[in-house]
Amino acid sequence: MAKIVAGIGSSHVPSIGRAYDQKKQADPAWQPLFDGYEPVKRWLEEEVKADVVILVYNDHGTEFFLDRYPTFAMGVADSYQVADEGYGKRPLPDFPGDASFSEHLANSLVADEFDMTLCQEMALDHGFLTAMPLLWEPGENEWPVKVVPLLVNVIQHPLPTGQRCFKLGQALRRAVESYPEDLRVAIVGTGGLSHQLNGERFGLINEEWDKAWLQNIQDDPKALAQLSHKEVMTAAGAEGGEVIMWLVMRGAMTEQVKERHRFYYAPMTTGMAVLALENEGNTPA
Amino acid sequence: MSADQDRWGIPGTYVFDLNLSRKGYAVNKMCNSLRYAENREAYLADEEAYMARYNLSEEQKQAIRDRDWLQLTRLGGNLFFFLKLGATLGHGLYPIGAQMRGESYEDFLKTRNVPEAT
Repeated sequence: MAKIVAGIGSSHVPSIGRAYDQKKQADPAWQPLFDGYEPVKRWLEEEVKADVVILVYNDHGTEFFLDRYPTFAMGVADSYQVADEGYGKRPLPDFPGDASFSEHLANSLVADEFDMTLCQEMALDHGFLTAMPLLWEPGENEWPVKVVPLLVNVIQHPLPTGQRCFKLGQALRRAVESYPEDLRVAIVGTGGLSHQLNGERFGLINEEWDKAWLQNIQDDPKALAQLSHKEVMTAAGAEGGEVIMWLVMRGAMTEQVKERHRFYYAPMTTGMAVLALENEGNTPA
Repeated sequence: MSADQDRWGIPGTYVFDLNLSRKGYAVNKMCNSLRYAENREAYLADEEAYMARYNLSEEQKQAIRDRDWLQLTRLGGNLFFFLKLGATLGHGLYPIGAQMRGESYEDFLKTRNVPEAT
């Protein structure tokens, strides 16, 4: 039986990807960030040893445009390309998928009343790419894990509710646990934390809110799932509303979780965070 | 405060909902086309002709001519898309943000915890 062996929350700020590609790991402004991810990367490599990663992200108009923007979409392919967002393609290997596992997830989710848009082709932009090499070390041409990209609309309202995202996570857990193969599955929820990229309030960061989020996502995710988009955006910025993607991850974990690592850094215009969780007990969230 | 903002009531914030998306559709569609190098070249060669191809309103065209990112936002431009226009024109995220805040880039950087982390 497949099982979920790790839950990660991570920012997907594109400047992190640029700093990574420009090898700024030892740059004083960036070192804290890269050092902050290092223990998580080590834990994933040495203890978690995941076979597949379900990574929850949003596309930024790269693969999906506003002419038809899905609320939830999932990859069901054997490989996924690194997208060019218009600034040049990042020097990362393309990603191996696991089509049979994806197919099982799709069947299970749809039977569970989550009607996903299912994609045989999906080029992945910074929403997906940013966290990956900070969590798993890519080789020259390959990754140590297979991936299932899961997209959530967080760019054009109406967004799905936090509650819906949490329930999607719960359905994902049921889907994973009904897969007969002994796969070790990690789930990553990306985005946030607080930031705003539009209007006079550009640059808003709310460190206090972010720090509370990192605790409450562990202890009381159901309360976070009840927050309205307006409440989240008022406190954490319009684009901070994307934190609902962390609720998909959290819904897929157990009711009680154990924190393995937490890091927070707010250098410029986004509260950047990574949170590593493992399941505790067997009661689903 | 505009009617669009009133729907959400968050000061200094333009929530990108279907109303604003419909209003800015032509702008965002044009900007999205700039992810291809040949389109960026065509844009730079003749901005007016490129804007005309996408049926932008006169107001939207003027906001782009003025590089007025706040006005473009009010008219439905979404930053995720108009960043591609910014990249074409040599306007980066942080200078665009400073302008929307009504600050100089230097003053904006002073408000950041680690302004070197760009």
